[in-house]
Amino acid sequence: MTARALQQPTSLKIASGSFLAIWSVIAAFPIFWITVMSFKSPVDAFDSNPLNVIFGPETVAKGNGLSLFDIVFGVVLIYFVIRLCMQRLPALVERHSPGGWLVLGWIIAAALAGVAVIFLFLGVFPVVSNVVNPLLGPLGTAVLGATTEHYYTVWFERGFANNFANSLIVTAGVVTVSLTVGTLAGYGLARSGSVLAFWLLIIALIFRALPHSVLVAGYLPVFISSSEWLAPILGENAPTLYGKPIAVIAVLVAINQPFTIWMLRSFFSNIPADLDEAARVDGCSHFKAFRLVIMPVMWPGVITTGLFSFLLAYNDFLVTSLLLDASNQTMVPAIAGMFNRETTTTDQVVAVAAAVSITAPLFLLVMVFQRQIVSGLTAGAVKG
Amino acid sequence: MKFKTFAAFVGPSVLIMLIFIAFPLISVFWQSFNLTQPIYKTIEVETCTPGFLTQTCTLETQTIPELDEHGEVITETTFVGLQSYRNVLELDRFWAAVSEGAWSKLQTIDFWKALRFTLMFTLVTLPLVVGTGLLIALCINNASRAIRGPVIFISLLPFVVTPVIGALSINWLFRGDGILTAFLEWWTAKDLALFAQAWTIELMMMFYRVWHVAPFAAIIFYAGLQTVNQDSLESAVIDGASRWQRLRLIIVPHLMPLIIFVTIIHLMDCYRAFEEIVGFSSQGYVISLQWLTYDFLVPDQAGNRSVSRASASAMLTMIGIAILLVPLLKRTWRDHRGTH
Repeated sequence: MTARALQQPTSLKIASGSFLAIWSVIAAFPIFWITVMSFKSPVDAFDSNPLNVIFGPETVAKGNGLSLFDIVFGVVLIYFVIRLCMQRLPALVERHSPGGWLVLGWIIAAALAGVAVIFLFLGVFPVVSNVVNPLLGPLGTAVLGATTEHYYTVWFERGFANNFANSLIVTAGVVTVSLTVGTLAGYGLARSGSVLAFWLLIIALIFRALPHSVLVAGYLPVFISSSEWLAPILGENAPTLYGKPIAVIAVLVAINQPFTIWMLRSFFSNIPADLDEAARVDGCSHFKAFRLVIMPVMWPGVITTGLFSFLLAYNDFLVTSLLLDASNQTMVPAIAGMFNRETTTTDQVVAVAAAVSITAPLFLLVMVFQRQIVSGLTAGAVKG
Repeated sequence: MKFKTFAAFVGPSVLIMLIFIAFPLISVFWQSFNLTQPIYKTIEVETCTPGFLTQTCTLETQTIPELDEHGEVITETTFVGLQSYRNVLELDRFWAAVSEGAWSKLQTIDFWKALRFTLMFTLVTLPLVVGTGLLIALCINNASRAIRGPVIFISLLPFVVTPVIGALSINWLFRGDGILTAFLEWWTAKDLALFAQAWTIELMMMFYRVWHVAPFAAIIFYAGLQTVNQDSLESAVIDGASRWQRLRLIIVPHLMPLIIFVTIIHLMDCYRAFEEIVGFSSQGYVISLQWLTYDFLVPDQAGNRSVSRASASAMLTMIGIAILLVPLLKRTWRDHRGTH
């Protein structure tokens, strides 16, 4: 009886379906639109007619455009790249990475794949298109304006590559340190059940609520004068912590720590305690039990938590913009700086290209780790 | 687990939190009552310019910071009590404005302006986020399995995108003759300048915030919907409950703990609204409390940071978040106690 009694009238189905469609458009539109804008000449990018922004007549007039052949060729290339990555890559990685180094294998594979894609689209694609387009007549004339000059400006003339490297350093540091420290703490908290553990979690929750500017206000004077008060310990070459990536990594790890230990604790609570108790009966110490029994099964939880640590470090603006000096600046504060001194529309489109460059890795991240992100979001909430 | 092993496992994490969270809190508290300034001295400087027959010399007094033997500025720290708080709160101007009943005058004082915006922003977006999130979750739950995955993928995008970039991307849609401004102008047949007054900027910021947080709420609610007791839904149908009654009396009460969870997280995050101000570059019109602290910390033209005032403003922000959260946390606490 249930199926029919719970069945919905068609009107409700249509309403809910169309709401989802509208929501999907709203959710994706701003990101989609800035991606389109970043490939156009400034006149097209800020045109008030949406069709001009999409087709970019001004960009085509300047000789930067894709022909129908280019579009078809590009789509086919993208299709094959995705298919290769989805079907062949996992097996290749598993075959060639030595036992226990799977993560490293994946990192190397991802980097190689990235280089290959860049070579395909910046090296092979233009050559083929230059050769084939003149032969095709109407199919070979440019219809869709597209130019990569703004990306070139951002990455090679505005020193964005340097900012990217800094972002990598900070993010990698934060993820590694906060996972190492957090995993131990999360395991300890999940297995302890003492009053002290409970209060630690409550205090961590309170720390989670602190505005980050409060903490930065506390660090700034100390970091700026650090060469003075570190001198008695470290002697002559005591560093000034202000402006150094290492200081920012420490700060972001601390800011992230309450969230990390809450999340990892809930993951460890899901691993049956019998598992490590059995190991303890066999004569393992707590640490040995952790290393031999828990570590092999904890990776899903650790990867999920790592994703959120990555997001926090990668997306941060406040801490990095206040605590890093110009030479160590990460991508997000750098783009805010670009945007403030914008004068011409060209500068604005360059900033748009920078914004898209920052978003692209996040897009890939969601594509690969959608399941883990969703499970991470719900793990914390549903358990309370 | 023995205390010693527990301490060994938890130790590094606690140490990091002590050094980088608890210590700065104490240091901010201390700084808010003390003022560190360079010591200035007044000197007379004679500047001479070559002239005909004799040099023209002028004598002027200058105030310059005193330097120590390494050429660094000597600073001095003095206890100033509540002075920094007074500087931030500007109570005399506040009372003058209140006694006149002049709202617009009150809005010229930075702190009260920021407080007004932060509170309004938080309280307006909260029901919108919970409502939109619930609606999206119900619709996803309603949809066929094949389209759930892609819709969740698209929904995650606004959530993971860098806040500053998200705000900027919406800003670009409206800025100048941006695509959406052009659309609105065509629709209302009026000439619009969305960045010329505070309230339109505030509306765009709220739109951004709902766009950014609603997916988070939606996914949490969607997970909750999977665990609704089907038996009670069926018996409700047999009892003749309408769709709306089932939603109101069974589904929403079931989701209540999750709604409170989303509310707590949203209050925490929204009260420290900051990226919107940067992304919409709205500091001329609208500022938030955390932006105020940030602004005090950014060096001014002379290279000085008003750390003391920033600390006072940070302390005031913290008091605000405590007042907002205590009722909710108390409720959760009571429920927690009740179940055990």
